[in-house]
Amino acid sequence: MEITTQRYKHCDLIGVKGRVDSYTAPQLNEAIEAVNKAGRYKIVLDLSGLEYMSSAGFRALLVGQRNCRRYNRGEIVLAAVPKRIYEAIELTGFTPLFKIFDDVTAAVGNF
Amino acid sequence: MRTAIFPAQYKYLDDMRDFAGRAARDAGMDDSKVYAVELAVDEACSNIIEHAYGMDDGGEIECTCETEDDRLTVILRDHGKPFNPVAVTGPDLSSGIEKRPLGGLGIYLMRQLMDEVRYESFGEAGNLLTMVKYKRCK
Repeated sequence: MEITTQRYKHCDLIGVKGRVDSYTAPQLNEAIEAVNKAGRYKIVLDLSGLEYMSSAGFRALLVGQRNCRRYNRGEIVLAAVPKRIYEAIELTGFTPLFKIFDDVTAAVGNF
Repeated sequence: MRTAIFPAQYKYLDDMRDFAGRAARDAGMDDSKVYAVELAVDEACSNIIEHAYGMDDGGEIECTCETEDDRLTVILRDHGKPFNPVAVTGPDLSSGIEKRPLGGLGIYLMRQLMDEVRYESFGEAGNLLTMVKYKRCK
């Protein structure tokens, strides 16, 4: 798994590539926490390069979303979610918890 | 039939998924079903590592994949503490963000993705988790 973080004026963009499972999910947690530690809570997750995500990744998203949404200070939105991963997110009932955009530009424009 | 033994550690999940995914592909399953088998095996093995072995690095997971005309059967054997994922109640998937449970998602996914999931504990002979995926939708 490979994670990149870019700071924009109104939000931070975290790109997640490769596979997120119980082994690699802690890195995703850390990347989200690092953005939060800088006092920033509006995050776009670019999942276009994501090949795989297990429930360990979904838990990282849930923990991150809880923290970002607290006190209405922000939220995590998802962009360019690959089909298989979208299907698994849907199966776990997570779709109502995240705004999902077709591409990064639309997701960044949301903030 | 093919069998492989993996160290019960998260860093081998990739290899476990690949092993089961190849068996699913060789059985003629499409990409969506191969992904489902990989995800179910990952969730099952993650649970064995966390709950049966309690993150103790010394254990092993034996994975056997068997193809029949209409199905792929994946059998996972471990020698950890008995942990029956089939007996775990499903998480509440309707609650809001604050109350949404963090646990139980993997087991829920595993049961949704596979057509049959059975668990048996044989004491010293180990614990067996058997998961079946049909090649055609039932």
